[in-house]
Amino acid sequence: MIFSTLRVVVPIVLALVAGGLILLALGKDPLAYYDFVVQRGLLSWSGLQQTIIRSAPLLLIAAGLIVAFRAGIWNLGVDGQFLLAAVASAALAPLLIAALPSWLTIVICCAVSVLVAMSWSLVPAFLKTQYGLNEIITTLMMTFLGISFANVLIKLPFNDPDNTVPQTMTLPVADRLGRLFDTTIHGGIIIALVAVLITHFVMTRTAFGLRLQIVGANPRAAKHAGLNVGRLTYATFALSAGLAGLGGAVEILGVWGTMRADWNPAYGLLVVPLVFLARFNGIAVIALTLFFAILMIGGESASRRLGVPNFYVLVLVALLLIFLALVEYLDHLSRRRKKA
Amino acid sequence: MTPAAGRAPAVALRGITKRFPGVLANDAISLALHGGEVHALLGENGAGKSTLIGILAGMLQPDEGHIEIAGARVRINSPHHSLRLRIGTVFQHVLLVNSLTVIENLMLGGAWWRRHDRRAALGRFGEISQLLGVDIDPHVPAGRLSLGQQQQVEIIRALWHGGNVLVLDEPTSMLTPQGVEELGGVMRRLAEEGVAIVFVTHKLREAYAFGDRISVLRRGRLVGGIAPERLRAMGEEEATNEIIRLMFEDSDGADAKTLVREGHGRRARAEFDRSGPAAIGLENVVTAAAPGECALGGVSFSVRPGEVFGIAGVDGNGQKHLAELLAGQRPALSGTIEVGGQPAGPGGVAARRRLGVRYISDERLGEATVAGHSVATNLVLKEIGAPPYWRDGMTQWRRIFSHARHVIEEHDIRTPSEHTLLGRLSGGNIQKLLLAREISTDASVVIFNKPTHGLDLHNTRLARQRIVKSAESGIATIVISTELDELLELCHRIGVMFAGELRGIVDNQAGAEARIGRLMTGAKAA
Amino acid sequence: MGGLLTETFIASLLFGAVTVGIPLLLAGLGEQISEKAGVLNIGIEGMMLMGAYGGFVAAYYSESFWLGFLAGGVSGMAVAALMVLFCVLLGMNQIVIGIALTIGAEGLTALLHHFQFSRSYPRLSEVPTLDIAGLSDIPVIGPALFERHPLVYLAIVLVVAIAWLFRRSHIGLNLQAAGDHPAALDAAGIDVKLTRSLAVLATGLLAGIGGAFMADVGAGLFVPFMTHGAGFIAIVLAMLARGKPLWVLLGAALFGASLALTTALQVAGLNIPTDIVQMLPFAMVIVVLVLFARHSYLPPALGLPYHRGER
Repeated sequence: MIFSTLRVVVPIVLALVAGGLILLALGKDPLAYYDFVVQRGLLSWSGLQQTIIRSAPLLLIAAGLIVAFRAGIWNLGVDGQFLLAAVASAALAPLLIAALPSWLTIVICCAVSVLVAMSWSLVPAFLKTQYGLNEIITTLMMTFLGISFANVLIKLPFNDPDNTVPQTMTLPVADRLGRLFDTTIHGGIIIALVAVLITHFVMTRTAFGLRLQIVGANPRAAKHAGLNVGRLTYATFALSAGLAGLGGAVEILGVWGTMRADWNPAYGLLVVPLVFLARFNGIAVIALTLFFAILMIGGESASRRLGVPNFYVLVLVALLLIFLALVEYLDHLSRRRKKA
Repeated sequence: MTPAAGRAPAVALRGITKRFPGVLANDAISLALHGGEVHALLGENGAGKSTLIGILAGMLQPDEGHIEIAGARVRINSPHHSLRLRIGTVFQHVLLVNSLTVIENLMLGGAWWRRHDRRAALGRFGEISQLLGVDIDPHVPAGRLSLGQQQQVEIIRALWHGGNVLVLDEPTSMLTPQGVEELGGVMRRLAEEGVAIVFVTHKLREAYAFGDRISVLRRGRLVGGIAPERLRAMGEEEATNEIIRLMFEDSDGADAKTLVREGHGRRARAEFDRSGPAAIGLENVVTAAAPGECALGGVSFSVRPGEVFGIAGVDGNGQKHLAELLAGQRPALSGTIEVGGQPAGPGGVAARRRLGVRYISDERLGEATVAGHSVATNLVLKEIGAPPYWRDGMTQWRRIFSHARHVIEEHDIRTPSEHTLLGRLSGGNIQKLLLAREISTDASVVIFNKPTHGLDLHNTRLARQRIVKSAESGIATIVISTELDELLELCHRIGVMFAGELRGIVDNQAGAEARIGRLMTGAKAA
Repeated sequence: MGGLLTETFIASLLFGAVTVGIPLLLAGLGEQISEKAGVLNIGIEGMMLMGAYGGFVAAYYSESFWLGFLAGGVSGMAVAALMVLFCVLLGMNQIVIGIALTIGAEGLTALLHHFQFSRSYPRLSEVPTLDIAGLSDIPVIGPALFERHPLVYLAIVLVVAIAWLFRRSHIGLNLQAAGDHPAALDAAGIDVKLTRSLAVLATGLLAGIGGAFMADVGAGLFVPFMTHGAGFIAIVLAMLARGKPLWVLLGAALFGASLALTTALQVAGLNIPTDIVQMLPFAMVIVVLVLFARHSYLPPALGLPYHRGER
């Protein structure tokens, strides 16, 4: 237990230290930066609320990645799936709300967003099952395609003519996802937590989850055991994309109410190292996501106040991935030596 | 023919010791390799043969001891260095680049900034081909050659820089009986040219047939040998007994007897009802070919309950397709399969399992199991979703683990616990797990694909006993193997695969071996 | 009027195709070398981006395009050196490290750019060209193809040179063996890790120069995230080219043209939203993959680290 906690903590600490050195080289005080991040992201009430709000889409994307990675599928196209699902909700909600109660509007929007995201993952799934084509490349291509496609949709068919900035029509604040108690936190965080827990349960406690894991661990063994690898691959893509899509819907229906052109938070690749760090464990993902959301929210205010642009988070993520792989590698080495 | 005594050996190993974590792979081994001599190095799996070869080839460095070449002490730092010292090695696994042509494979290894000289290479190729008496097109991609031809290319490569010493690691394991004869001829011709040949094998008969001198390794130590003069004076029986004494003197007697039987006798096979209905029957079955695979082109046979039916043939002649077809992993393009008198239908693995068909794959880690999951999960790998281990899709982990504990005890699977990752188990224990998983009371047909491949003698014996026992309980048993001796020991009838077809089915009686050998080369049954 | 419209349209399309295609070509050739040797180089996007940044900084301060390309190549190689260390020498996961290097290069170049240039957004001076006598006078085609920076011609020569190396030299055989059956190369006495390291470094060099070309010649300035997936397109090009450099050239020309279509259409006076045109190359990649995926080829040992004595 201590050992596995160390394997999570060590890469994080190393990444923060190495990142700090880079800040130092750029003439910024890393301690002041980190201190500011924690103050703003965790210790201030409004910052904490924002952190929790931000966790919702991150958690849903993480849930999607847990499914994909456990099944051995590198779905790096979550950003495209997220964006197009967001467009679907942003376009649909203001129209539906005219005729339907807000709860039904939200349910329908979520469902449509999930379906849109799922269908966006169909092409990579097809290429993977049919021709064995590496999904890393295809999902990345679909994301680049999706970013532009989302913009086209916002600027042309779904554009709000009453607005000078290209964006969709706006869902009134009152009709968005409900707030929790007296906070600004919307109900999306509940949806996200439930989704992560269900995902965790399905992956570890059901036949379906074990089947996905077997396909991921050894596709030939899966075929040998009579599993339908093709169908399970489609299912993996659909579930993974669907969860990311739900993240897009929640972000629009809970926070923005509309979607602007060129809005692309690109959470997908940032969540990848968290899911690895958590070793695909849903419970650990929740804790790590919270940590990461603090970093993001704190970092966003730091970029305004301390002049360290938010790109720094990208550097941290890269360092995190490298140290993660390094710790994994050293662990592998020492275990081989111990086995001897 | 053999060298004059007293001349310095081409290569001498002096007190070579190599330790791996937890194992003493080579323990103070001293050997002399003489030019003009075929030196048979005999030992079972794990005796330390491969380590010794690795050291000669420069892949591994000894912890103690040293090597002398023509009397001078050398340290072989790398494979490249080994080649420069004119030691050529042909490894057990083919080391050719499939996408390159034969001649390109042979040119591999030149200084990288230079353009290659195709004409010179072709000249050298012609010379060595002639020396060996082989005929191969140098412009064909290596992947299209037969295994025997690929091995010949490897021998050509080993001799490319004027080989003084040729090391052959288990060279006969992939060959037909005729191919083995041919290899023997090649070794003889090379020895006559003065090359020192190390012929590594675990087969007594081959060591006796081709070796001028025999050395025996056991558990990393050189336990003895027979010098050329003595070997020539001995008959086969006498030599075999001497070697068996060296290999197994104080080890499990039963294992030694298994080995003796390989050379001499056959197990008396239990009778089965030859007039009854077939448990499984194939009629003219064809499968779809994919690049690099050998598909089935019209295979028919049937197996009765209690019968052991062998499938012989050189690897890659359609055995894999046949096994996968029977198991339901691969659909048939045309033809029919009947199990228990009923058409088996197109259903996959699950449907076939319901009919009682079980398949034990030859790729224990690659296909049959998931290395990164627990022993317990692997034991229920083919039952995911089915009761009693799953209820309404929910995994009953407690039941799965208690089932695993039960199986581990009953089948003597050596594992720290049921939670241990399967990849940590030894090959023998994985095979025990597979046998336990597949052979159950509701099995009616069991297919064993190379059931003893890579196992040590003890586990080989256990696996073979298990096959015989399952057949005696009335299961129709199909054994696919490239080891002819194994099939001759176990089977009632043996079918021979060649190029995706069953070239003939031979009753396992006197003279069967010669007929099977002929069929393996592609000759049609008379 | 109509004739003029098509003429300017073709001229600007060709000109743009070369401008955008050269980085793709260089990166595609680089990726091909890596893939041949068995290293799936997902980090190539990061190498291009680092090359773009390094190339711009050097060209800006030295006022020499050649020094810019050199610096771009060196920057790309620096990222490649990390890839060599982690993936080839230590055998760590090529995909995780590849993603890390791409994200890291994105973040680092954006940060550096922010601190150096975010207030001034400097541009480079006009691109020096080498006119090919006779050919540059051809109307329409001449200015687009034969009045370019000499690196353009060098890149084309490189295609032939690499094709020759692949077919005729030992290094071609070695690369092929390293990706197809590394143990065979090892047994032939060639260091597999060294071969793969050199291959990855060559990829970094070419991708870096490609990135520098993109910044210095293509844009005249550095913009964060400016490669915008060009590295990934290069991976697709290498994958579909089945080890043939000439096919990379063809692919780069095709994708270059589709990327250049935006500007060409605007020059021609047609105002199609940029977003639609930006979709074009990626849509093309997907269509090409759906149609031709079965013909793509990747070496058997791609993505697998090599350690002597392990199988």
